Amino acid sequence: MSVDYHAILPELILAGTIMLVLVVDLFLPARLKSASMAIGLLGVLASLGAVLTLLGEERATFGGSFVIDNFAILFKVFFLVAAVIVLAVSRRYFDQPGYYQGEYYFLLLTSFLGCLLMPSSRDLLMLFISLELVSAPGFLMAAFRKWDVTGVEGGLKFFLIGVLSTAVMLFGMSLIYGLTGGETRLDAIAVALGELDPSQESMALASILFVVVGFAFKVSAFPFQFWAPDTYEGAPVPVAAFLAVASKAAGFAGLLQLMFVAFIGQHEFWVPIFAFLSIATMTIGNLVALQQKQFVRLLAYSGIAQAGYMLLPFALVTNDQAVNQQAFASATGYILIYGIMNLGAFAVAVALSKRSPRLLISDFAGVARVAPFLAVGMTLFMVSLAGVPPAAGFWAKILIFGAAIARGDVIGPVLAAIMVVNSVISVFYYLAVARQMIFQPAEDTTPLRTPVLVAGAVGLSMAALLFFFLLPGTFSKLADISTLVG
Amino acid sequence: MTWESSAITITTLLPILGALAILLVPRDRERMVRGFGILFTGAALVLSIAMMIGFDYGTDGLQYELDVNWISAIGARFHVGIDGISMPLYVLTFLLSFLCAVYTWRFVPDPGRTKAFLALMLLLETGMAGTFIAFDLILFFVFWEMVLVPMYFLIGIWGSANREYAAIKFFLYTLFGSVFMLLGFLALYFNGPEPHTFDLVKLTEFGAGGGYAHTFQLIVFGAVALGFAIKVPMWPFHTWLPDAHTEAPTIGSVLLAGIMLKMGTYGFIRIALPMLPEGAQAYAPWIGVLAAIAIVYAALACLAQRDLKRLIAFSSVGHMGFVMLGIATLTEIGIQAAVFGMVAHGVITGMLFFCVGSIYDRYHTRQIAELGGGMAQRMPKLAGVFAFVAIASLGLPGLAGFWGEVMALLSAFRPNEALLGDHVGLFRGLMVAGGIGTILTAGYFLWMLQRVNMGTMPERWNEHALGDIHSVEWLSWTPLLVLIIALGLFPRLIFGISQEAVSGIMAVLGQGG
Repeated sequence: MSVDYHAILPELILAGTIMLVLVVDLFLPARLKSASMAIGLLGVLASLGAVLTLLGEERATFGGSFVIDNFAILFKVFFLVAAVIVLAVSRRYFDQPGYYQGEYYFLLLTSFLGCLLMPSSRDLLMLFISLELVSAPGFLMAAFRKWDVTGVEGGLKFFLIGVLSTAVMLFGMSLIYGLTGGETRLDAIAVALGELDPSQESMALASILFVVVGFAFKVSAFPFQFWAPDTYEGAPVPVAAFLAVASKAAGFAGLLQLMFVAFIGQHEFWVPIFAFLSIATMTIGNLVALQQKQFVRLLAYSGIAQAGYMLLPFALVTNDQAVNQQAFASATGYILIYGIMNLGAFAVAVALSKRSPRLLISDFAGVARVAPFLAVGMTLFMVSLAGVPPAAGFWAKILIFGAAIARGDVIGPVLAAIMVVNSVISVFYYLAVARQMIFQPAEDTTPLRTPVLVAGAVGLSMAALLFFFLLPGTFSKLADISTLVG
Repeated sequence: MTWESSAITITTLLPILGALAILLVPRDRERMVRGFGILFTGAALVLSIAMMIGFDYGTDGLQYELDVNWISAIGARFHVGIDGISMPLYVLTFLLSFLCAVYTWRFVPDPGRTKAFLALMLLLETGMAGTFIAFDLILFFVFWEMVLVPMYFLIGIWGSANREYAAIKFFLYTLFGSVFMLLGFLALYFNGPEPHTFDLVKLTEFGAGGGYAHTFQLIVFGAVALGFAIKVPMWPFHTWLPDAHTEAPTIGSVLLAGIMLKMGTYGFIRIALPMLPEGAQAYAPWIGVLAAIAIVYAALACLAQRDLKRLIAFSSVGHMGFVMLGIATLTEIGIQAAVFGMVAHGVITGMLFFCVGSIYDRYHTRQIAELGGGMAQRMPKLAGVFAFVAIASLGLPGLAGFWGEVMALLSAFRPNEALLGDHVGLFRGLMVAGGIGTILTAGYFLWMLQRVNMGTMPERWNEHALGDIHSVEWLSWTPLLVLIIALGLFPRLIFGISQEAVSGIMAVLGQGG
């Protein structure tokens, strides 16, 4: 079997970088430990370059279980850009005594390797490997602040719930493997499930549910969302950013392929389930977010609510491939835009973490006076998360509303209306952050200096959001990658 | 690009450019910041007036039209144009914004920060102006929503004591309505003609031709109307308005009352009525009833207000009730009255908020009891202007407030027979209610003048320096005062512009008797 090395070049480069980081760290003197970050950054950029050489190509290797197409490339670019931002804000956070920097960068990049593999994975085994590659280092990173009991607790919670849901998912996958007579390729599973003996139908549906559980955990959907706030709060802020953005997007990348390709034939069974998941996730996320006083916890609950929005297109699937394509594109688009705005918000949190280590929202009072750039950035990110112009989050919401209304029937408009109410609720807590920064007087008026890399990350996110707001055409073309569907 | 096709784009986006320019000015160059504000709003005003001069008043249809591809994936286009209904509101937007910028030359509300203040105001200006010239639903919605964030900060940073509550209430309330409106737009899109389009002109043609099913129209009209009704605001969706108006800085109140409320009524005329005529027919009696309630309720509420600014805010609810009553009759006269009422209310209430702002600036209180009367003794000019505008607002013949109200009542006497033939009695009842409302309106305004202007000034104000109207105030007020008289004497100034466009809408709705 010949391997298409060009197709897996980005992964190869990243894997090489990971090894390099681990080895080089052994020989670095303590004050130069942060050089690992520079190596990692270069590796990520090289990998990004490799992805760009694949632009527009359609390739498959490893017997079709690893595929390069528009969908995969779009997500890979997104993950690598996210990696750049997370790395950029990590240096500021980890370059202080008590952190093992080399190990951290090693773990972080390994997780990103899993992210890179995810959108290319087209069989159950690959999906499982990618998912675990994302999760396993995540467990360690979440507990990286090992002197802090909330960090340890969050990490442990993450680990236990993660392992449990993985086990359930693996059980489901094994059932599918058996039912379909040994198929692991997603498209083959779709065919095999379609030809299933009616007596085995219920078993197949149960196993689909089991598989969904694993991913529902990953994307922090109700009722598997409990770990998220504690874990985010306990973890170092850049790790929380990774979990909230890259890890969640990876989960969705996998889920999209499973539901829209492998299990599409059974949509009548799982559409109501996703409708319920979506409504419950967004409503609970939003209502609890209203109560939050700590910024990272707020982002965690907001992330849960946003996951609910992203699950909504799954509940729109019908027999009509045109509708499915639109639902697919809207979910993809939302995930990517969500990633940008959330990364930006976390970057601001990193910048503020020195001034107010506990990141209480009340500590943000008067940031507009000491660091106007951060305040403007945060306001834009919050406004974007709320889905209000002038920022790209507005289009992300419109994409989903559009898909829901296009679905017609009753379920589409009803789901859209529920999401509308939810997004209005969310405005309250999103604006509360901006309000604190801008309307309140500062207690501590010493000017806050933002490190260049962090400011760059904030600036990059802001620029991307404004760019996509003004020229949504570029974005909607990107999102229009329904190569997987129909 | 010719002037014809680029005029709107340039004029509408000029304020944003100004906002960027202002942000680049160093913080300590205070005069330059304010100068830039006047410069850019002034330039935009001049351009809009140039457009008005070049406008062909004899035809229905869009002028200065530009229709280019914007988001090809969903078929949203950058389609802008202007017709007789848009034109007065569009120019009014630039006029009031310019006058606000002039006013800011001297009066910047606490806590200062003029740069941010003017930049937000300019952003707001683009959003408001854009709403009136967008002929694509998505573009319309973008402009519509664009006003939220700047206004939120204008109220939240520069407002008075209870500003944060008012700001978030304003934001949540209006957002709530507008997202349902968005769902309605999307429904219009997906159930509209093939290929799907957001184009207002095409959708209007489609809707006028009975393209949308009856039940569909009822549902979607409800969704869209909710968004517009909250913005207007119609009773009982008005509760955000008194708070927002009262807490907002003077400029914020002027723009809010002068222009932003009109976005709602404009939406009814431009989108809800012609696209969903059967929906309009079904909802019109209800809208009429709510409008009449608004008129009477607002007048009664005004009688009970202690805060001068809150009183003016409630009077807005009543005046917008007249506008909505005119629209609800679905007659040519009614819609003409609505367009006129919108402009007149923008000019008069904008001016009233300027007055109240200046009164507050002297007394540092807005409580009518604390003012204690006697303003005419110490500040005869300010008291005179205030009285003049208040009397214009209560609808004295010969001044701008008269035509919109009297024609709205007139149209309620004979609502569109073809569409509302069964409800003639109801509308005549509403007319009577509106008539009672005008009496109450006169009552509360005169009582207000009595308590503020008349009498002797309490002694506690003796040691305060209460200066009369400042030259900057004269500069920013004179155009409005002239307009109040001009529109009152020559109502054709508006009717002449809007005539053809309103006839066009009536052709869509069905003329009736």
